[in-house]
Amino acid sequence: MRKTSPAISFLTICLVCLVFASSCGRQNADVIVAGSTSVQPYAEILAEEYERLYPGNAVDVQGGGSAAGITAVQSGAADIGMSSRALKDGEKSLWSVEIAKDGLAIVVNPQNPVTDLTLEQIRKIYSAEITDWSEAGGTRAKIHIITREEGSGTRSAFEDLVMAGGRISAGAIVQDSNGTVRQLVSSDKNSIGFISLGLVDGTVKAVSLGGVEASAANIENGAYGLSRPFLFVCLGEPEGRARQFIDFVLSGEGQRVLTHEGLIPRAEGAVK
Amino acid sequence: MRRFKEKLSGRIFFVLALSSISALALITVFIVAKGAPIFVKVGVRDFVFGMSWAPGHGEFGIFPMIVGTLSVTLGAAVLGVPLGICCSIFLTEFAPSVLKSVFRPAIQLLAGIPSVVYGFWGLIFVVPFIRDRIGGPGLSILAGSVILAIMILPTVIMISEVSILALPRQYKQNALALGLTHWQTIRSVMLPAAKSGIVAAVILGVGRAVGETMAVIMVLGNAVALPKSILDPVRTLTTNIGIEMGYASGEHQQALFATGIVLFILIMILNSAAQFITRRK
Repeated sequence: MRKTSPAISFLTICLVCLVFASSCGRQNADVIVAGSTSVQPYAEILAEEYERLYPGNAVDVQGGGSAAGITAVQSGAADIGMSSRALKDGEKSLWSVEIAKDGLAIVVNPQNPVTDLTLEQIRKIYSAEITDWSEAGGTRAKIHIITREEGSGTRSAFEDLVMAGGRISAGAIVQDSNGTVRQLVSSDKNSIGFISLGLVDGTVKAVSLGGVEASAANIENGAYGLSRPFLFVCLGEPEGRARQFIDFVLSGEGQRVLTHEGLIPRAEGAVK
Repeated sequence: MRRFKEKLSGRIFFVLALSSISALALITVFIVAKGAPIFVKVGVRDFVFGMSWAPGHGEFGIFPMIVGTLSVTLGAAVLGVPLGICCSIFLTEFAPSVLKSVFRPAIQLLAGIPSVVYGFWGLIFVVPFIRDRIGGPGLSILAGSVILAIMILPTVIMISEVSILALPRQYKQNALALGLTHWQTIRSVMLPAAKSGIVAAVILGVGRAVGETMAVIMVLGNAVALPKSILDPVRTLTTNIGIEMGYASGEHQQALFATGIVLFILIMILNSAAQFITRRK
């Protein structure tokens, strides 16, 4: 019998330790939050804040999309699902709570002279009835429409709020996250896209909608109509650690965090 | 005792080989089982030749994506294959050994760069260049072809180089002895003799281009419409799965698996073509 090399025995020991460590970690079950990639960045900030306030209580935030989050809750793979759209009829039996509202901003390149569009104009741009910026108050150039992929919560919110049953043109460029849409709009001066209002920064310009500026205040008072709910979804009435996390999110402290990050606090106000 | 050991090691290797094959079988069965229902529901013809992809409205036509895959792959082959073959001729016939020792590792390194890095580089440099200098939104067939051409270079270069090096030495010596120049020797003797290896290199390179996902998601624009020019955005079969899998459920998910089946068949055809050509000496 040849002697096992020290490297192999070392690796084996490492592996055994790893297996033990992970099984120990599992005993102290974390709250698993999964779903919408629009809600994910905010949930991560909330989780950090929560873990700071309640040491020892870990919250594990994962993406996957609204549909995947709801499926994960139904199958028990996640404790809390995140959804960036209202629940569909088949999902109404789940327990859900609105944690905040998010505005949908229509963004263009800062160099674009267009600062205001009507809902009608946006609809025509996205259905490719208007294909040139000169038809929408800009300089002569072909419009590059950017949309999100089929199934995205942001896209379905945009379709409900803007398209009114119409189809987004098949020739539209498709990107799979808010971040890439923003990056593209900031680098292409003839493009238009839609992203979460909280993610609008200096690199892109949010157009006003029929004269109403896209702002948290205008969403709260109902003047700016493009907004959608951010939901937490559970299989039933949440209990234990999941309940504790949700209570924190709905508390004054949690809502303050969300407002600070650019979201609009839930209509019902903070609960005690 | 020794014989027993021999036999035992044979068995162990057999079991290990079996496990890798069974992984393939499992994946195939899984993809087919998940994707087949949509073929039954929509019909194979309407799925493969359908023009409209709108899973939210129950429309599953992937023809624009098949066109997208073929056009981007063709573009990559047109740009990458001549470059790759020329490079392999240079390496085997012309390069002094100093240059060879720089070129070979550099090309191998090219193969080791993760595809997401290629995609990111394309998004930051190639896409704005096309948008500003040539026109269109930049995210286009052209951008995808350029990136894929670079990505298939190592495959094309390394395999054609090996097939040229594997030629019997007499071929070259005899041709030169007959009075052919170096270039004539390469063109009329060595390249035709190495043809099957070079064709295999091209097919494997094309297979890599067809299967590439991450890099092209970032530079193709992913629009589901038939392109009118090489400056239009398109979606390939792989990017369709990559970009939509996160949110897909139900029939939408089945349609993505069915896209995978079509892709699987496409790649299987390419690989069997490569095997057929390399075996036929």
